[in-house]
Amino acid sequence: MSVRTDQAQGPVSDLAERRRRDARRRRLTVNGLRVLVGVVILGSWELTTRLGWVDVFFWSQPSAIAAKLWLWITQGTDLGPLWEQVLVTMEETVGGFVVGSILGVILGVALGRSRLLSDVLGVYIKGANAIPRVVLGALFAVALGLDIRAKIATAAVLVFFVVFFNAFQGVREVDRNLIANARILGASDRQLTTEILIPSALSWIVASLHTSFGLALVGAVVGELFGATQGLGELIYAAKNNFDTAGVFAGMALLAAMALVAEALITALENRLIKWRPPVATETRI
Amino acid sequence: MTPVIELRGVTKRFLTPSGGIYTALRDLDMSVEPGEFCAVVGPTGCGKSTTLALISGLEAASEGEVEVFGKPVSGIAEGIGYVFQADAVFPWKTVLENVAAGPRYKGTSNRDARERARDWISRVGLSGFEDRYPYQLSGGMRKRVALAQSLINGPRILLMDEPFSALDVQTRSLMENELLALWAASSASVVFVTHDLEEAISLSDRVFVITAGPGTVKSTYKVDLPRPRNVAEIRFQPRFAEIYEEIWKDLKDEVLVSYERQKRTGAA
Repeated sequence: MSVRTDQAQGPVSDLAERRRRDARRRRLTVNGLRVLVGVVILGSWELTTRLGWVDVFFWSQPSAIAAKLWLWITQGTDLGPLWEQVLVTMEETVGGFVVGSILGVILGVALGRSRLLSDVLGVYIKGANAIPRVVLGALFAVALGLDIRAKIATAAVLVFFVVFFNAFQGVREVDRNLIANARILGASDRQLTTEILIPSALSWIVASLHTSFGLALVGAVVGELFGATQGLGELIYAAKNNFDTAGVFAGMALLAAMALVAEALITALENRLIKWRPPVATETRI
Repeated sequence: MTPVIELRGVTKRFLTPSGGIYTALRDLDMSVEPGEFCAVVGPTGCGKSTTLALISGLEAASEGEVEVFGKPVSGIAEGIGYVFQADAVFPWKTVLENVAAGPRYKGTSNRDARERARDWISRVGLSGFEDRYPYQLSGGMRKRVALAQSLINGPRILLMDEPFSALDVQTRSLMENELLALWAASSASVVFVTHDLEEAISLSDRVFVITAGPGTVKSTYKVDLPRPRNVAEIRFQPRFAEIYEEIWKDLKDEVLVSYERQKRTGAA
């Protein structure tokens, strides 16, 4: 809790100084521990495989993975230059993410607005949601071929449902007082949607984007597994077929790095879109 | 003068979530003159807020007639302002955008709406806070935004549903005085719902006492205190105490009925 004193400047600035120092110390501790945890995990992995307690053939080891990554970066992969693979997967992911999010928001808001629509379509959407949707990747691979469209479709399907349910719920949970107020002030139906419902649902929608970008990545990679000529998923698939576990792990590391970058971008977007929200200590973000 | 608001034999029933029928208002008659400041008092759950919802057109009466400006209410009528009990300013809009919302909805250009909003923001004493978001304001300031938001539309009827009940005592009497000043400068009629009898008397020309639910008008009292009033001081006038005592005798029975009922059903 912050304590406000009306005394002379001295104690106040002392307090501020102390708080800054505490924050700095905490940051140092957190970062130090982070590095330590990484070293312990990777170190024990490396050690156990070197000592022969764990079979390197099946579980690889950090040094081999790093070497593999270095090889890919310097000499390219079997499928072509590494950046090309990253770019392909990125395109598929972002494409699926955008398509799925837009469709999810539109349908979510529409169904949230209309009782009839939600009563009629609700049961189908719930049913479709119950299907393990990654299998649709197989269907898209057949129907749309080996190119980017099949992967975008797979990713979009995964993204759609998450965003849809959040947009739907967001619209449903709009404060009734706000709606009444807007109507009294003279808002038309369209203004009600664009000025009240969507902004209000936005915090739900944006929260869902964190989850759904991860799912878009899953969709893109699974799509590649079902058949592709390029991309990180294909790279992992090829490595698996060669019993190259270091390659599988290296691909995973690249996917993780991509997800972290995207997560940071989405958080920045969130802060821009919802700047009207009090800066509270938000839910634990990992 | 023809009344601006007229309710005749109004009954309002709601369907409860469990499928039962809840009667909020029963056979209620009420009329409000142009420019009149009316207060509606009654125990909790007597249907005070429902009355406002009917006048505004947010809800339709189950039986009886509701007329505003001499015409039966069907849907939301033009010329009505509504200040809600809970915060109803839009949290994603700044103070300026909030106040400008009404004119914009009614088709005023963005620039003109903002200009008028600036004027109203200064009238409610919030100059300098145009670019703040509601979460950055105190409860009293948010109420000022809500007031400006309603008044900018130039309503001929202002409905207020316990607007100041969440404010601390000092802020509250400040806001009450400001409301009286703003009302005096307009020609609007006000229907002010409250459970606080002191507030009702110090603000209004007439007080409606509503019975414990289902609500109906039990009695009306004229408040013949001089204007302009200072709500913080008017309470010390002997006439104030007389009126208070008179109305309280009436209101007390209803409050007791309502209290007994709540105890029995175990509701808070």
